[in-house]
Amino acid sequence: MTVAAARHTLFAPAAPGSSLVIEGARVVDPGEGIDAALTVTVEDGRITRLEPGTPEPGLLLAPAFVDPHVHLRTPGREDEEDIVSGTEAAAGGGYCAILAMPNTEPVVDSAAVLGSLIERAEAEARVPVGFLAAITKGQQGAELADLGELADRGVAGFSDDGRPVVSASLLRRALQYTAATGGLIALHEEDPALSRGGHMHEGAVSAELGLGGWPSIAESTMVARDLALAGYERRPLHLLHLSARESVDELRRALAAGVEASGEVTPHHLCLTDEAVRSLDSNLKMNPPVRAEEDRLALVEGLRDGTIAAVATDHAPHARHEKEVPFEEAPFGVTGLETAFSVLHTRLVVPGVLPLETLLERMSAGPARIYGLERPRIAVGAPANLVLADLRRTWTVGAAGFRSRSTNSWLLGHTLSGQILMTLAAGHLAFRA
Amino acid sequence: MTDVRPLIRDELLPPSRPPRRHLISIADLSRRDVERLLALSRTFSRSLEREVKKLPTLRGYTVVNMFFESSTRTSSSFELAAKRLSADVMSIKAAGSSVDKGESLKDTALTIGAYDPDVVVIRHPHIGAPNLVVRHTGAHVVNAGDGKHQHPTQALLDLFTIDERFGGIEGLHVAIVGDVLHSRVARSNIQALVLMGARVTLVGPPPLIPRGIEAMGCEVAHDIEAICAADVVYVLRMQRERMLEGANYVPSLREYSARWGVTSDRLRSGQVVMHPGPMNRGVEIAADVADAASALIERQVRSGLVVRMAVLYDLVTHGPVPVKTAAFEEVA
Repeated sequence: MTVAAARHTLFAPAAPGSSLVIEGARVVDPGEGIDAALTVTVEDGRITRLEPGTPEPGLLLAPAFVDPHVHLRTPGREDEEDIVSGTEAAAGGGYCAILAMPNTEPVVDSAAVLGSLIERAEAEARVPVGFLAAITKGQQGAELADLGELADRGVAGFSDDGRPVVSASLLRRALQYTAATGGLIALHEEDPALSRGGHMHEGAVSAELGLGGWPSIAESTMVARDLALAGYERRPLHLLHLSARESVDELRRALAAGVEASGEVTPHHLCLTDEAVRSLDSNLKMNPPVRAEEDRLALVEGLRDGTIAAVATDHAPHARHEKEVPFEEAPFGVTGLETAFSVLHTRLVVPGVLPLETLLERMSAGPARIYGLERPRIAVGAPANLVLADLRRTWTVGAAGFRSRSTNSWLLGHTLSGQILMTLAAGHLAFRA
Repeated sequence: MTDVRPLIRDELLPPSRPPRRHLISIADLSRRDVERLLALSRTFSRSLEREVKKLPTLRGYTVVNMFFESSTRTSSSFELAAKRLSADVMSIKAAGSSVDKGESLKDTALTIGAYDPDVVVIRHPHIGAPNLVVRHTGAHVVNAGDGKHQHPTQALLDLFTIDERFGGIEGLHVAIVGDVLHSRVARSNIQALVLMGARVTLVGPPPLIPRGIEAMGCEVAHDIEAICAADVVYVLRMQRERMLEGANYVPSLREYSARWGVTSDRLRSGQVVMHPGPMNRGVEIAADVADAASALIERQVRSGLVVRMAVLYDLVTHGPVPVKTAAFEEVA
């Protein structure tokens, strides 16, 4: 991770920094120990002054968010999302940096593909973007990609996301090899032999609906295996979109044993259970699937106690026609960039389940730390990575459209409390409501 | 910064149609709904004894049958039921239709919906296909089988058959034997029988009994001897066509039939054997049991006709108690 930190892994156009004064907000930065009414002055993209101010009810200013798990669908499916629409969606959701997954067409498994993405990001990204590259060539799970060359070109990490690394020996080689090249290994944990034919969580609801089950053990057995490998090789490991209680337990045990592991969880896994799938709405089909209430509670607890260090959206845009089909035919995945903060504020912070400070930490400093990125912070001299939100304002998802090119949100039509008003990313005004 | 693309909210949300009654799942029915449908079925059953069997009841109404999966008895039964009620009937099968040309179900539904049919009957290999038709047509939708999910008219006709035979359903003990995992008939029947106060025991190899299914209010047994205690032994077909290749649910059909096949020596006198058909003789049911049961199996076919007449009539004529609409319409 220290190797990655030393390299440049986030890319955006070189733009002049914004200058503005933000008055009337409660300023909260858990990392800096700040929770006060402050007037924040930003000059040429840097925070230059923090002065006592008078708060207006509901206004919150915090370090902007970092999303460690986004599908930008570029190259190959620009009809679903591209770098411009994806980063606009991110800015609208309060994010100052996002990391894109490599399961595109073609797969990001060579320095050439990665280089072209970096060039496009440097030309048109609205917020800085980092790219993960594939662990294995074509994400086929057979041969290692050129990890060294990719690391040198500027990867944020490596992942075969969308698929597991089935072969333990191949994963072991990747862990060993990246000790020399740098680049965090991030894993989609799924034993395909156990999840085959699965469309939703295996349990009472799948039994009743007759939908193929994707059992918790298909995730947790792989989590256990890979944490054992990471411990044995003394290498860091990141676990993507955890969904099962057993996986959280495995991660907690490994952390206690000194394994350098981390995990992330999505807003939908924190808010939904398999009961929601009874509607047969294809916007409730995601991989891994939403699970039972005990799993959801374990994920919330894992996020609260820090076992799970990051919230990740797993923003997965899909064309409307691909989702407007019967549940079993629909692809996995939902969008999330534009709703993540609002839904977690509404469902976890407002009812008192999760402190606001914890949510802010897990959406910003947590994911930055995992990937060795600079932590967004509110301090004099720091680059302005700020999100301004009105916690009292409610809004209806989809009513004003989406910045994302896709509309497959599981929250379509839901009313959420807490709206993003402004995002500053790398000193640049990226979004204003 | 570019502007937010305008997108009309109505485009994104399920269209808000006036509430319309459908038969998608037994889970949407109350006990009173089922009792009403069974009473209606008895009325129609008597009409079949007349010399002229056609009734003018649904004259001027249009029923479209959309069958995206092979079916003999269900499609013929719905077609005849609609014809006996004097409705205009159009039947579409996946083979030879635009579906072969890659048309999506949504577009097929929109096309059929443009004719303003009063009822659309749909069978589809995927769960939730009828819900999609609800969303894209203005018709009353009847689920004639969607994947492994539901087959509500089958459950109703089984209730009708059992009710006719025993003079009631409450308190009866029904054993459902075999491949529950792949069976929409089993799911609809468990719900319907539990709703009507019967005791249901599922019997079969553990890999073919879905984990967590007890939550539907039934019991599970793995030993075939458990069928002995039942009043009705309901035998399911081994759905080989729905099984994942190489999934090894059972070591072999030979072993399955040796352990869980319904044979005469595993039954006691006075028990009634039912099967939704088509039967795999010698696999889940021995040939002599199948022959002995054939009288009731023929009753089931006849029940199917009157129950489907009742369902069509009930949906179109707005009975006093509304059948609840598909669950997804209640979700924003």
